[in-house]
Amino acid sequence: MVKWTDFERATIQDIFSKIDYGVVGPAALSRCLIVYPWTQRYFGGFGNLYNAAAITSNPKVAAHGKVVIEGLEKAVKNMDDIKSTYKDLSVLHSEKLQVDPDNFNLLADCLTIVVASQMGAAFTPQVHAAFQKFLAVVVASLRKQYY
Amino acid sequence: MSLTDKDKAAVTTLWNKISKGADAIGADALARMLVVFPQTKTYFSHWPDLKPGSAPVKKHGKKIMEGVAQGVSKIDDLSNGLLDLSELHAFQLRVDPANFKILAQCLQVVIATMFPNDFTPEAHVAFDKFLSNLALALSEKYR
Repeated sequence: MVKWTDFERATIQDIFSKIDYGVVGPAALSRCLIVYPWTQRYFGGFGNLYNAAAITSNPKVAAHGKVVIEGLEKAVKNMDDIKSTYKDLSVLHSEKLQVDPDNFNLLADCLTIVVASQMGAAFTPQVHAAFQKFLAVVVASLRKQYY
Repeated sequence: MSLTDKDKAAVTTLWNKISKGADAIGADALARMLVVFPQTKTYFSHWPDLKPGSAPVKKHGKKIMEGVAQGVSKIDDLSNGLLDLSELHAFQLRVDPANFKILAQCLQVVIATMFPNDFTPEAHVAFDKFLSNLALALSEKYR
């Protein structure tokens, strides 16, 4: 079982209470599709992903970015058992969506960059470490049901 | 994933905006790496103090950014332009190349915190490619 310090717990709750899901989710997903273009392979039905401008203004990308961050909120609300919380999501990603789990780290890195740019100097090394740990647990939980 | 002319232009544009803060960026990125990815501390067991803001961390962060600056100036031929650094990393430092990716991420997080409006997705992809190519050049002589 993952052990969270008081600081880590408070930091994660604080970050997610402050960010605008409608901004951060879309920004993280579109950044991922731009910086790591091979991730576009999972979004064939999303229409125009031809260049950065198209991706940033694509309404399906924006909508899905919000879905992703709302999914993360489940982990924020259940920090002491993210593994069970994500069991169905893990099965979904492995069996139905068939996403290569290495992509989870790419999206996680982009989300970190977006949160960092929102928080500026408040995204200290210690806050960054807490966020990194949280995302590592999320990614491990999403990988859990792959076989 | 080699650098196109567009990438090189984007990297140079971003670098011109951030280079005045290079020392601070390097110090923060290195400090952050040691805190967020503690396994990287294994390379610095000879330092008395690994905390953010300590003298060795600041000094070395500056040195790292001088290497990045060298990369920017030799962006058209990173392998040859960074030959000295490549030999250093291959034969003396022997840093596992996986760590270059980790430091690259930390560098970009710091740039995002300090220059959020300049570190657009377009700038990010070009800079990420640049840092990947820089890492490749640094590990050129490993084997």
